[in-house]
Amino acid sequence: MASFMRHTISVLVENKFGVLARVAGLFSARGYNIASLAVSETLDPSVSYMTIVVEAEDEKILEQIKKQLNKLIDVITVTDFTKKEHVDRELVLVKVSCPKNEKDALDTLLSKYVAKIVRASGDSLVIEAVDEQDKIRQLLDALNKFGITELVRTGRIAMAY
Amino acid sequence: MIGAQVLIECLKREGVEVIFGYPGGQVLPIFDKIYDSDIKFILTRHEQAAAHAADGYARVTGKVGVCISTSGPGATNLITGIANAYMDSIPIIAITGQVKTSLIGNDAFQEADVTGITRPISKYNYLVKNIKDLALIIREAFHIASTGRPGPVVIDIPSDIQMKDVEFIWPENLDIRSYKPTYYGHPGQIKKAAKFITEAKKPVIYAGGGVISSGAYILLREFAEKIQAPVTWTLMGIGGFPATHPLSLGMLGMHGTAYANHAITDSDLIIAVGARFDDRVTGRLDSFAPTAKIIHIDIDPSSISKNIRVDIPIVGDAKNILKELLDEVKKSPDISDWLKYVEELKAKFPLRYADSGKLKPQYVVEQICEATKGQAIIATEVGQNQMWAAQWYKYDFPRTFVSSGGLGTMGFGFPAAIGAKMGCPNKTVIDIAGDGSIQMNIQEIATCICNKIDVKVMILNNGYLGMVRQWQELFYKRRYSHVCISSPDFVKLAESYGAVGIRVTKKEEVRQAIDKALSIDNTVFIDFQVEPEENVFPMVPAGEAINRMIEGLA
Repeated sequence: MASFMRHTISVLVENKFGVLARVAGLFSARGYNIASLAVSETLDPSVSYMTIVVEAEDEKILEQIKKQLNKLIDVITVTDFTKKEHVDRELVLVKVSCPKNEKDALDTLLSKYVAKIVRASGDSLVIEAVDEQDKIRQLLDALNKFGITELVRTGRIAMAY
Repeated sequence: MIGAQVLIECLKREGVEVIFGYPGGQVLPIFDKIYDSDIKFILTRHEQAAAHAADGYARVTGKVGVCISTSGPGATNLITGIANAYMDSIPIIAITGQVKTSLIGNDAFQEADVTGITRPISKYNYLVKNIKDLALIIREAFHIASTGRPGPVVIDIPSDIQMKDVEFIWPENLDIRSYKPTYYGHPGQIKKAAKFITEAKKPVIYAGGGVISSGAYILLREFAEKIQAPVTWTLMGIGGFPATHPLSLGMLGMHGTAYANHAITDSDLIIAVGARFDDRVTGRLDSFAPTAKIIHIDIDPSSISKNIRVDIPIVGDAKNILKELLDEVKKSPDISDWLKYVEELKAKFPLRYADSGKLKPQYVVEQICEATKGQAIIATEVGQNQMWAAQWYKYDFPRTFVSSGGLGTMGFGFPAAIGAKMGCPNKTVIDIAGDGSIQMNIQEIATCICNKIDVKVMILNNGYLGMVRQWQELFYKRRYSHVCISSPDFVKLAESYGAVGIRVTKKEEVRQAIDKALSIDNTVFIDFQVEPEENVFPMVPAGEAINRMIEGLA
């Protein structure tokens, strides 16, 4: 089994219908893996910003992915964050089941992260966390012992500085 | 002005002389305007042929070819032609009718998601949703199709948009911020390349279709002569360098010349110009040119280091970069030993076939070459006929070889020849065909006759799907599974359409038949009943190193 490295790429694209399909189609047609994809408008409404986390076997495939993205007519710029100073975040919503007697332990845990309880209904709690993916992973590992019943994540967004 | 008229106005301004196509329900407004227009219209007998004809026209003229079809099945019939143009980087515009905007997505009669279907096989595509965008879209489409690495662009126009009124404004200026091809080479890379070239002892130039599309024919010759490097080419690069030039090595790769494959394997520097190291060229990757440094000139950055690791990438237009290199390379390397070695290779491994008294397909192609003095435009189908046409006709000029390289589309040659003849009416246009391929678009004889398009079709008729049969012979123990193909009587068939049919069964009749066909002012089919089990050699088995060829002499 080949080992995959994850790379974060941002792509500025024309905000037109069909552009997301072009980007997604490129990945599926050439057999590249997308780990996550987040799209939104920018300050300029005619431009959309995509943060794509790709899995690439090696440098060569990553190069090809960037070149193929650049080749799309609607792509304005492609930025690879692999060797670039940047901040990245992911937002997750986690539903856990937490009996009253464990609530204090949960609060202590959450205080170590950028995380908070946003809804509670009986033992069922929805936690919101925003952080780098490493931190998110740690948090999720820790939350496992409380019993995660549902998980939704936005995928990574990234910005250079 | 209504949308349909806007389309015609734009096509005129883009210099379109001819449209290939087929009418239907969702393009009625456009056809109503074509009826009044000066632009020539060629009604093919199948939409696929319209796309291939536009492609053939583009290949021989260097202009953008245009084809049109209705929605749904008309559009899906264009698909093979669009994919074919995409793989070979040929600029065509495919205009498709679409159901009216209010019906899109409703599974309406003759509706197909054309932008969805063509997305991965076109350089770009448009669905026109607003009549105000139409003129700009057409202008952009021609620009995108013909610049950078060329390719097909699809414009899907709903029928209500064709009917809507709008003030016609021709967009003089065009600025697509996300589309800026690189045309000039990076000066640092040019300098590095020049240094490599000066220091090389065993250089080879490897030329592809980019030489032809960028118009670099003359510069390539000057460059090769200056550095005295032998030149080999891909199927798409045929005609990019004169075949009869002393530095010519012929085509390389799976059915290339043995000396080209040996030369590239032994070289210490490959200068790739507008070629993409396709698997049919490289064979087994880890054995490809193991001792060579590689300079790769290509307008498409994604072609570089895709298959083969490159030492000096130069992104830009082949013509500009060759000019820059010519200026930069001050001193030509002394490579007389290498040239001597290459000459020895040529003498030792000539392209050959067993020329018996039998009717050999290679002989037919040689005779076509002699009879036309190498001056004709040759279109081909796909398979053995294509490889023999590539090997045995000597192409000295660009845009004279019209063949489906990347996609390998059987049925391409005949309609492409029709397009070629429309683009170059004063040239002799010949489709070298096989009996299998010709039957994939044979209905186009009617197009030739109705429009007096004088195309000569020379069928190398061996009763087999020859290339597949060859593989079954060599790699599947001669188990001929569904490769024996029957044909109609091609002479009678041609005659029934109003064309001329000639049958040739003997070697002695070949030249006379070709000369006769060339002298007739009509479409002519010659049915050459050639040796049934002749193989194309040399041959590099799939996945093998390219210097390990099968060199049978049948």
